[in-house]
Amino acid sequence: MPDRPIKVLIAKPGLDGHDRGAKVLARGLRDEGFEVVYTGIRQTPEMIVSAAVQEDVDVVGLSILSGAHLTLLPRITGLLRDQGMTDVLVAAGGIIPDEDVPVLQEAGVAAVFGPGTSIGQVAEYLRANVKPRDA
Amino acid sequence: MTHPAAADHGRALAAAARSGDRRALGRLLTEIEGRSAAARAALGELYPLAGGAHLVGITGPPGAGKSTLVTSLVAAARAQGRTVAVLAIDPSSPITGGAILGDRVRMQQHAADDGVFIRSMATRGHAGGLAVATVDAASVLDACGFGLVLIETVGTGQGEVDVASLADTTVVVQAPEMGDEVQALKAGLLEVADIVAVTKADRPGADQAAASLRAMLTVGAQHDRAAGDRPRPRRPEVLLVSAIAGTGVVELLAAIDRRAPSTDDAAPDRRDAAYVRAETQLVGLVMERVRDRLASPAARARLAEAVRAVAAHEADPYIAADGLLATFVDDAP
Repeated sequence: MPDRPIKVLIAKPGLDGHDRGAKVLARGLRDEGFEVVYTGIRQTPEMIVSAAVQEDVDVVGLSILSGAHLTLLPRITGLLRDQGMTDVLVAAGGIIPDEDVPVLQEAGVAAVFGPGTSIGQVAEYLRANVKPRDA
Repeated sequence: MTHPAAADHGRALAAAARSGDRRALGRLLTEIEGRSAAARAALGELYPLAGGAHLVGITGPPGAGKSTLVTSLVAAARAQGRTVAVLAIDPSSPITGGAILGDRVRMQQHAADDGVFIRSMATRGHAGGLAVATVDAASVLDACGFGLVLIETVGTGQGEVDVASLADTTVVVQAPEMGDEVQALKAGLLEVADIVAVTKADRPGADQAAASLRAMLTVGAQHDRAAGDRPRPRRPEVLLVSAIAGTGVVELLAAIDRRAPSTDDAAPDRRDAAYVRAETQLVGLVMERVRDRLASPAARARLAEAVRAVAAHEADPYIAADGLLATFVDDAP
């Protein structure tokens, strides 16, 4: 874990506009001492990855409730790899069926948090799994 | 105190960032925010190459429309084919250290545009409306070829005016619902404006707000020739803008451009901004070094002894402070 606040991008890819969960998580992680960049709704994979590059975040958190996760999330992890952001932790939250989780993990999504996950659990997971930077 | 590996890392990031590698620029700004040894080495390379950009501070109360105005200005500058960088500052929690950096929500239309670089910064305990590393971050963006650097402060109250000493040009953003004319008479934020942008010009009352700002800000000390060399508040231009109607933005950008820094001796006030920025930063760094020195193990024992003596009323605080300060000269590394 870096000795500065962990920087997290929270984004909503695709077309669903239900951002209450993303905002609650952003606020909750703020209270856990994270620096949270919130980018809002209706983000394309390109916008999200570009923001992650410019902000140099440790974590990309993707909130998705539209059902398009199998299309959008691998596209985002692919673009992150193209940018050399292989040390960034990608986590997803929202409505994602259990059977899709291994597919997403295969595509580079490190963790999937479903309904009922507490903010404390997310914070603990991120603290334990963010990779330290090599100087 | 030197870390050769970190210094090499910093110089490599600086070279890559200058060559247009956005990932390297992002990482370098993280080092700058952390004020690391790598950042020091990178600044050593980049500071001599900076100085060409126009640093524009955008400040004003929360919700006045700073981020929206920045987005509109970025779009107008991009329409002219210029590259633009944005530093968007938001407050850190004094309790947890966490922060919500939310300015990008209004700016995401430019996220995938390679001619625009947007970076959010948390204040990390720094007062005054900026992060402590903001001036260094602006130098890095300047050296990387961004001709226009927009620095959006935290939503300010009446007295957070640090941006004015950092920026070449300061734009104070006011919504029409700013209050009555007395607000425009108060000392502080409006005094440091080169330009006042009244936003939401599509709303009723905007014309009236602009008119009363013009009336109140153009009377007073700046017209008093008898004041001689006494410091005077600036006399700002007041402009109306509406992001929704798309009006006034091009005019605002033109007004900003007219104030671009100049090496021309005929425009001393434009050149002076660089002196004010340099002085502010130098004084700040000296103060910081004094604080660091005070926290060193050698000084801590002397500080403890001085604290004991002052608490016991054996020494007065002024003499004790002078005594401590005198010892720092000997401690120089």
